[in-house]
Amino acid sequence: MAGGGAGGGGRTQSAAFAPVRLWLLLPSWAVIAIFMGLPLLIMLVYSFLTKEFRGGVIWEFSLAAYDRFVFDRGLFGDDPPVLNTTYLTIFARSLIQALVATALCLLIGFPAAFYIATRPPEQRTLWLLLITVPYWVNLLIRTVSMKFLIRENGPLNEFLMGIGLISEPLPLVNTDIAVQLGLFYSYLPFMVLPIYAAVERYDFSLSEAAADLYADRWTILREVTLPAVRPGVIAGCILVFIPSLGAFLAPDLLGGARTFMIGSLIEEQFKGAAGDWPFGAAAATILMTIVLIALLLHARAEARREV
Amino acid sequence: MNVLKLGAAALILSAGAAGAQEKLSVYHWFEYIPQELVDKFTAETGIEVTIDTYDSNEALLANLKAGKLGSYDVAVPGDYMVSIMLGEGMLDEIQPGELKNIGNIEPQWADVAFDPGRKHSIPYQWGSTSFMVNRDAFKGDIRTTDIIFNPPAELSGKINVLDTAGETLTFASLHLGIPQCATDRAQLKALDDLVQGAKAHWASFNSDGAKDVLVSGDVAAGMIWNGFGQKARLEGANVEYAYPKEGYIVWMDNVVLLKDAPNRAAAIKFMDFLLEPENAAAVTNFARYTAGVKGVEPFLDEELKTSPEQNPPADAPAGTFVQVCDEATQKVYDQIWTRLKQ
Repeated sequence: MAGGGAGGGGRTQSAAFAPVRLWLLLPSWAVIAIFMGLPLLIMLVYSFLTKEFRGGVIWEFSLAAYDRFVFDRGLFGDDPPVLNTTYLTIFARSLIQALVATALCLLIGFPAAFYIATRPPEQRTLWLLLITVPYWVNLLIRTVSMKFLIRENGPLNEFLMGIGLISEPLPLVNTDIAVQLGLFYSYLPFMVLPIYAAVERYDFSLSEAAADLYADRWTILREVTLPAVRPGVIAGCILVFIPSLGAFLAPDLLGGARTFMIGSLIEEQFKGAAGDWPFGAAAATILMTIVLIALLLHARAEARREV
Repeated sequence: MNVLKLGAAALILSAGAAGAQEKLSVYHWFEYIPQELVDKFTAETGIEVTIDTYDSNEALLANLKAGKLGSYDVAVPGDYMVSIMLGEGMLDEIQPGELKNIGNIEPQWADVAFDPGRKHSIPYQWGSTSFMVNRDAFKGDIRTTDIIFNPPAELSGKINVLDTAGETLTFASLHLGIPQCATDRAQLKALDDLVQGAKAHWASFNSDGAKDVLVSGDVAAGMIWNGFGQKARLEGANVEYAYPKEGYIVWMDNVVLLKDAPNRAAAIKFMDFLLEPENAAAVTNFARYTAGVKGVEPFLDEELKTSPEQNPPADAPAGTFVQVCDEATQKVYDQIWTRLKQ
């Protein structure tokens, strides 16, 4: 996505590899087929099978899983069907959470990446190291630590009360704010690193040229810098948005699991008492379709820009 | 963590004993067997033990269904899950005379409804599910399920419930005094209304963190298993376990012999080992529940004999086992749970 650097030199060499090219590509194709294609196919097939009580599937075609997603037949399943808002609400909630997390990461990550990329080269490595150090620790541990930090008798509240900013501890744990904090903290480097890669390659003499032509700072950022680092920004947004959408660790641990997210709803279908595998597969399929459509629309808009 | 340690230990052991060693593969709850006891079994029998863990009965069933049956020798399902697994044909039969210590089982657990004749299982530990209240936060009467479903102002918004539909909805049924697996629509509607209304008072749904949220003070009251709750108290929280007058849940975890066990003989030895009073007591001392084996008393920690979590007051009602509902009924309960967490 943010690539393009490896173009020129490779082309002349590729002629030499032409006869064995297919064979050399085989490992990648095999990886894609086995680790991406096959699991997705299983998911798709299972979503159209009949549910077996307490988990498992019966090999008979059924649309029941999708029906359950779309129609609400009341508590006992025999009311006239109406549009089911339960799962739409869950999807909308997850979508909003993921969007807010992405916006937060962008807001902090963009200036951070810019700052790092404009340091002298020998300092940059240190800054990047500092960004990635927390990632040497397991995600679960980091999320639990976050909970320790923000709980009512935790250091954050004690600090805020100590300096007299608040008189009562802020109830942060088990709120949406805590979930946002967790998602933001979990995925920030996914935003910083691609933007950093783009800004690092950006030629700052372009900004100077724009300034010479009487563009103010805001105009330079909007008209010159941003278009140049766009691919990095977009890659960062996608890398944060997609895992946030399926996250269930932060919502469960920091949000108190009071409400389902897409991730926990799907998990419940496989691990919980409900045990509805086709429905879990259908929910995952629907989620993937939404993401795919969004990405396709984006790709089309991109293509149109380039024409 | 434990799994890793065990795995490493198993690797070292297997490296030493050049292949021919007997093995045992256990599928177990998290934090439920002391490592010293596993080491003792290996020292006595030379059998190398590997343990994988799960965090709910449903997760155990799901993983076995997803193709893990045939890779484990024994598992430790709760009472209702034993009957479900029996119905699914996942359990192997223990032949009469195979277990030399079968006579050590407490008479009250020698024949049980969830495994008639004890043909597939032996008792592991039993205990109860109820709730604990932080006595600094609330000093009134806690022997009522109102604490969870209709709490006093001091506790509202500071309550944790277990994140499993089975236990939390059964507890709600006890509060209403309606049967489990109800088919009466008015009763089911009442149950739905009750939990929907009570949710406003609940801060979180958490099972494996049920102890942690009480110790840290994130919540002032929370549903919990009695042994896990005792650990919360021993870690310094001023919490009291309640035996509510409306009733509470009682359960028993059981070691079952899985179908297609790759090391059936080792599994039988392990079950015999766990039926030794000294070993059953070691589990009790670790997990703080109650063994289903005779003669454990001399080996038990002194405080277990008088602790409030293990010794209900004389006037406490009897506990209730979770029942297994049929498919149509279960569907309604699933629906109630999904709506609750919508």
